[in-house]
Amino acid sequence: MTIKDNDPGLTSIRSKLDAGKGKGGKQYWRSLEELAETDEFNQFLHREFPEQASEWNDPVGRRRFLKLMGASLALAGASACTVQPTEKIIPYVKPVEEIIPGKPLFFATAMSLSGIASPLLVESHMGRPTKVEGNPEHPVSLGATDLFSQASVLGLYDPDRSQTVTHLGDISTWTAFLGALRFDLGQQRPRQGAGLRLLTETISSPTLAAQLNELRALFPKMKWHQYEPVGRTNLTVAAQMMFAEPVSVLYHFGKADVVLSLDADFLSSHPGNIRHIRDFAGRRMLRDGNKKMSRFYAAENSPSNTGARADHRLAVRAGEMENFTRAIASSLGLQAGGSVSGAHREWIDAVVSDLQDHKGSSLILAGEHQPPIIHALAHAMNQALGNFGSTVTFAEPLEANPIDQMASLGELAQDLNAGAVEVLVIVGGNPVFTAPADLNFSDLVQKAKFSAHLSMYSDETSAFCQWHVSEAHYLESWSDARAADGTVTIVQPLIEPLYNGKTAHELLAAFTDQPERAGYDIVREYWMRRHSGAAATVTLKPGNTVQPGAPSAPALALAPAPAPAPPPKPSPDFEKFWRRSVHDGFVPNNALAQKTVTAKTDFLAQPPGPADKGELEVLFRLDSSIYDGRFANNGWLQELPKPMTKLTWDNVALISNQSAASRGLARGDVVELTYHGLSVRAPIMIMPGQADNSITLHLGYGRERAGRVGNGAGFNAYALRSSTSPWFASGVELRKTGENYTLATTQQHWSMEGRDIVRAGTLAEYEQKSNYAAERHEEPPRDETLYPNREYTGNAWGMAIDLTSCVGCNACIVACQSENNIPVVGKDQVHRSREMHWLRVDGYFEGEIQNPEFHFMPVLCMHCENAPCEQVCPVAATVHSAEGTNDMVYNRCVGTRYCSNNCPYKVRRFNFLLYQDFVTESLKMMRNPDVTVRSRGVMEKCTYCIQRIQFAKIESEKEDRPIRDGEIKTACQQTCPADAIVFGNINDPNSRVAKLKSEPRNYGLLAELNTRPRTSYLATVRNTNEKLGTRRGESGEVR
Amino acid sequence: MGQVFHPSTNTIARLSIFGAVFILGFLLWVLSELNRSPYVTGADVAREQPVQFSHAHHAGALGIDCRYCHTTVEKSSFAGIPPTKTCINCHSQIWSTSPYLEPVRESWRTGKPLQWNRVHDLPDFVYFNHSIHVNKGVGCSTCHGPVDRMPLIRQVASLQMEWCIACHRAPEKVLRPRSEIYNMAWEPSADQLKTGSELKHQYNIRSTDVLTSCSTCHR
Repeated sequence: MTIKDNDPGLTSIRSKLDAGKGKGGKQYWRSLEELAETDEFNQFLHREFPEQASEWNDPVGRRRFLKLMGASLALAGASACTVQPTEKIIPYVKPVEEIIPGKPLFFATAMSLSGIASPLLVESHMGRPTKVEGNPEHPVSLGATDLFSQASVLGLYDPDRSQTVTHLGDISTWTAFLGALRFDLGQQRPRQGAGLRLLTETISSPTLAAQLNELRALFPKMKWHQYEPVGRTNLTVAAQMMFAEPVSVLYHFGKADVVLSLDADFLSSHPGNIRHIRDFAGRRMLRDGNKKMSRFYAAENSPSNTGARADHRLAVRAGEMENFTRAIASSLGLQAGGSVSGAHREWIDAVVSDLQDHKGSSLILAGEHQPPIIHALAHAMNQALGNFGSTVTFAEPLEANPIDQMASLGELAQDLNAGAVEVLVIVGGNPVFTAPADLNFSDLVQKAKFSAHLSMYSDETSAFCQWHVSEAHYLESWSDARAADGTVTIVQPLIEPLYNGKTAHELLAAFTDQPERAGYDIVREYWMRRHSGAAATVTLKPGNTVQPGAPSAPALALAPAPAPAPPPKPSPDFEKFWRRSVHDGFVPNNALAQKTVTAKTDFLAQPPGPADKGELEVLFRLDSSIYDGRFANNGWLQELPKPMTKLTWDNVALISNQSAASRGLARGDVVELTYHGLSVRAPIMIMPGQADNSITLHLGYGRERAGRVGNGAGFNAYALRSSTSPWFASGVELRKTGENYTLATTQQHWSMEGRDIVRAGTLAEYEQKSNYAAERHEEPPRDETLYPNREYTGNAWGMAIDLTSCVGCNACIVACQSENNIPVVGKDQVHRSREMHWLRVDGYFEGEIQNPEFHFMPVLCMHCENAPCEQVCPVAATVHSAEGTNDMVYNRCVGTRYCSNNCPYKVRRFNFLLYQDFVTESLKMMRNPDVTVRSRGVMEKCTYCIQRIQFAKIESEKEDRPIRDGEIKTACQQTCPADAIVFGNINDPNSRVAKLKSEPRNYGLLAELNTRPRTSYLATVRNTNEKLGTRRGESGEVR
Repeated sequence: MGQVFHPSTNTIARLSIFGAVFILGFLLWVLSELNRSPYVTGADVAREQPVQFSHAHHAGALGIDCRYCHTTVEKSSFAGIPPTKTCINCHSQIWSTSPYLEPVRESWRTGKPLQWNRVHDLPDFVYFNHSIHVNKGVGCSTCHGPVDRMPLIRQVASLQMEWCIACHRAPEKVLRPRSEIYNMAWEPSADQLKTGSELKHQYNIRSTDVLTSCSTCHR
């Protein structure tokens, strides 16, 4: 049996913790059940495989299976000799330039998320995009990506994508849509578009901005609204408040010695998180003799990846945050008011003195969920500390038109309600699902006489619009967009639209006199015009140093827009410029102009917001896996264990242990939350480190029209979100329903039974004794084994993982899944501990349950030199290679699972059922052709991306040279924004991996078992402030 | 009651008891031979193709280099099957009305590719790479046989793992100088083992240990 989804024995936890006080209690733990050592947990742990692992639950029952097996035994020999069916080889008619069958090509492009681009390099096999990587030449990516980009390739081939234009639910055509749209637009023309409304997501695309500009010329009275459920709205409003003009704020973690985050999840919130992780981790990298690292304080409500990496984390309720921030500002000498006492006071004093010691090299930032006042205070403090110009710089805004999106949606809702909207065109997004519940957007949409929705799925919004137009995936589109630093990337397609999808450019072109223009022509012509300087007609403010033609902020103000210009004559070097821009993945010399700003502090005179009364509050957050719900139908993301909870396929109401205990709640209990007449039912989960009396809900779940994967997963948290309190709501009522809900978490799966696994120390400890981690175990001498010692004279592959750098972003898991054709198994199978991820990121808590420290530990196959799995395989399906990798030979495997039983690291995965989808045509195109697609009954595990090793080996041997260090990058390493994973030849003393392995922090996981793992870990170091002590500190006090 | 069994039955019984071992052994041998037979491996079976293309004519009589059609053999895992364009290069001028070539001309006219039947077909869990073999001194004819004398292409080797691994264990038996890779007439000389070992050293060919590691071919 698994852990029952009920009381994990809170009383016993508490008593265990109390008993452990003084001697530190159990130092590292992974779940409340483990901490309490409940009976269920121990039983779970000691089973060979969790729940009914040996049961057949597919239609062919076990009995019938045995019968069939018996009957077919006589023919078994003969059936093994099947002759392979004849395959076809289909060559081209005319060869295609640059395509070499069997070798992939890479193209630079970008994926837009909330309007901001993630620059990418996409691998293409014979015209099929199969794998996404970061663009190594782009300053925002440096070769790394986030999990959304990694998973986007599954989105492209998703069989549930909308495949046609529909009208009132019936299949229709683009031509029919054009006819209807242009008829209604024709009626709008004489009225200057007074009844025309466009609703888009955030837009940074210069071409799209120019197209919208053109539309303004045609329909001067139309209105353009923008809405994202969670976006940069608060930043925009704060910038207006502080600088009286829209700006984009750039943070430079590489220059910051002390960082204070006010609920800013800057390591996981798009955009900019990739570069933030790189800079942040880079500043804390204790490698090559560096013994300096930045110090990071985080004050946040609910534990995030960012808070988990903090040297000192403080749980602060959302309602208290303003007062708390004001108190910090006051301590820094601003007239901000705010009063705190007790532990918070102590914390603030320590942080403030640290900040004041690092003027000009400190950094304070506020989270995008925080109201504008917190952002304003953060700006004011940064200015007071002299951080402007060093750790914080400013530039022109990324967005084509930065506005308060909540207000914009509200205005649209009003117009819809008043019947003023005749033609409503929704370009992307899913506002019916994501709009605040009190707006009743589904009813409002139906009030428009003509409504159309462009989207990749026929979703909730499409259901309420008359027309639905299937949208092209970014891998099928020509477009452009700005990345977090303002650099423009031309988005180029890697494949023809699979289902004749249209891009936003093509939809907007339908409004003009050239309705059938292709996306390529639109984008190219825009850049042609800009290159020749013709697009510089956009009105620029005096003193504005934007590049000519850049869509500056007020581009869509009512200023007369340029009339549609005749196709420009290309300047002679345009073709070169264009090809170079497309090839490199960014337009040269096109970053946003830097700005120098001065923060006004007159807002401090305004009265502070209402004080926190300590009532039950609810926070709304983007989901770490499926974002605002747009990735709900992506199986890779649904099954991805969320960084802090390890929950899959669901969302929950996160609550602190204290608050749950006082209400008699345990994991999985369904509660009803009510706020201002809105209510939602949600299962709860106890989150160590959560602020008391505070519930976090993640948006995006509870979709009804997401597709086969996403439908019905989780509950819809938008249902509780109102337009007046979109970020957090205070005074929420909670009612226990008495129901219980099964949650599939992986937190206890693959446990290693409390051995000495994750190792951490403080910077002071590291300075005193740098090998504190390695000395915690004794490695047996090399000859203490019954097996002959093997010498590795050639290449010897190995990996080092720096736990100080890892931020637990999960991108590696998705990258591995994409690279190695790993299947998705579904919630039920995850609940049975049968998830197939070759790479997992274990989460550990350390210390007290109220505010523990967090540790992330990526665990993959250790490629042990003395591999326990190899000794027990009866058919030699897992054997050692001459270069030290532990090979898995699928065609030999008969599925005894002995290897998995004997693996101390629990990294082997068994195909209990037929998890691979061999049927769906579109998914066949997605698979990596260099990796075998495994079927039922086969064991599999991390191969160190052996296909990449072999590719590099073959290429180097053809050139008669050794493999260069860094030439082979495993999929997890390549995508890692923190540079935490390093792979290479450990026999080469100059390789990065060999150098890392010689660091004193290096230790082998369970190396005391004499497995001699090739993967090793560099222990965590935290730069703690001695004034605050550590949370497991000598004082025994919990901070 | 008379005897049911004739006395000779005793001999038969004894023989069958002792013979069981041999009979079983024989059956196993038959099975293993069957498994290595062309029926299973597909060796020496000429396959129907959409066009009656003759390697004997093109590569043998006309002496066209292998790489004229199999363009990617030195660069990629896949040697490459020529596009229709390659055929049309010559056949727009010569034999341009031959009925044999109608499928080629049709492909050229309609833009629909020719569909060849694969002759050398490895299982999907095997990752063979042409480029590394031809770059390291394994000639075409070593695996593909005398293609220049085959009117219809057929597989000459079993393509079974024991056949692959025989070379991976002792590559010196088949290595030839890089200049001779595409020479169909090349034959190993009497001191092949010696020259092969020299070439193995000269071309930096990895140790048997590396060459016979599972992951060299299985991924």
